[in-house]
Amino acid sequence: MARKIRKLLVTVATRKGAWLYHGDAARRTWRADGPHFLGHVISHLVLDPRDGRTLLAAAKTGHLGPTVFRSSDLGRTWKEAARPPAFAKAADGKEGRAVDHTFWLTPGHADEAGVWYAGTSPQGLFRSEDGGVTWQPFSPINDDPQYRKWMGTVQDGTPDGPKLHSIIVDPRDAAHLYFAMSGGGVHESVDGGRTWAPILKGLEVVEGFDRAEATFHDPHCVRLCPSNPDRLFQQNHCGIYRLDRPSSDTWVRIGKAMPKQVGDIGFPMVVHPREADTAWVFPMDGTAVWPRTSPQGRPAAYGTRNGGKTWQRLDAGLPASQAWWTVKRQAMTADAADPVGLYFGTTSGELWMSRDEGRRWACMARHLPEIYAVEAAEPRSR
Amino acid sequence: MKVLIPSALRSYTEHGEAEASGATLGAVLADLDRRYAGIRFRMIDEQDRIRRHIRIFVNGEQVRDLSQPLRATDEVVIVQALSGG
Repeated sequence: MARKIRKLLVTVATRKGAWLYHGDAARRTWRADGPHFLGHVISHLVLDPRDGRTLLAAAKTGHLGPTVFRSSDLGRTWKEAARPPAFAKAADGKEGRAVDHTFWLTPGHADEAGVWYAGTSPQGLFRSEDGGVTWQPFSPINDDPQYRKWMGTVQDGTPDGPKLHSIIVDPRDAAHLYFAMSGGGVHESVDGGRTWAPILKGLEVVEGFDRAEATFHDPHCVRLCPSNPDRLFQQNHCGIYRLDRPSSDTWVRIGKAMPKQVGDIGFPMVVHPREADTAWVFPMDGTAVWPRTSPQGRPAAYGTRNGGKTWQRLDAGLPASQAWWTVKRQAMTADAADPVGLYFGTTSGELWMSRDEGRRWACMARHLPEIYAVEAAEPRSR
Repeated sequence: MKVLIPSALRSYTEHGEAEASGATLGAVLADLDRRYAGIRFRMIDEQDRIRRHIRIFVNGEQVRDLSQPLRATDEVVIVQALSGG
């Protein structure tokens, strides 16, 4: 059942800073607030849904080390984390890893106030229990020999470093967690992060590589359906997938139903807040040398209303030709209003939205820096 | 001793020059971090390596080792590359 939304906050993280867009209940009037952190690379900017006031920003500049900034007043003031995510110091004589940037932020379970998770590049998992002020390495995976092998090195995979992303907390159980690695597969823990196991069955890998080996799996974005937390959708380097637990442990390639000339490669994956059969993707060109642009220069979202059996092209209002941008893995999201609003940010610095679940799109902002992440949330007044 | 701060780190110190003390470069940076919380991690990673685009000079000579002994009269200059687009 949809709640009435009183106001909305759309957070936009870019390669050169962050912007906040404050919207009214009708989602027709938006007030831009920014730039925040001009010149910093902001990988993710997330509002804490538990208080509707606290924002965390994952930041670095080109030449300084990474950090996390925190605001408890919706971005009016910011304070740096006292201890940002950092790997454990290696023993003498051993080569230790250093966080290059925090890439992903996930608020903890609704019952665990102050808990946050962070995913980094190089791939590491971190947790804060004080609202993002101090961070510690979380779970054994950062130093586990098997996980380190699966993670590979900074030379493997993603051009600006492999990323741990899609950290998901089961809304029914704070100890049930998932994460994905841009090089290293999707993983699940049912014991609060003490132990993890890969979930790879059914996923394809680049031709010639071994499907059984987690290191060859490149998930781009994984989402859990809030209305059916046993269902996961995934946009992968090798297609779009759905997984229905606990009845199955095998991902189904639902992207095979996408039009052949568009394909099922892309970065983001978005799920409906109340309908587990409804999801959206934003395909990119994954042919030949992988241009990672809109296929044929004609951008479009695709939506399914039946769990991926069929897909509908959703491009009304978007450029009809010669638009060569794409949408990165954190840069597309949904709000919780009825009908659902969809938002995405482009590599060319445009912010787009739809008030009607993708039927019609309108540009909210242009001329921003390259957009890395977009989130929609409900802010609360004091 | 006097420590010259590059523009990218002046959000911490508010000035181009800061005072810090210590018997080694590492100790001086630790003291700087006590005065300006968070500044050290932007320059030195968690493995105690000087970050890739940071250079530190003592009396005009580049220093790469945090255990380098310093005297109270030494001048420390922190430099940060500005390449990129």
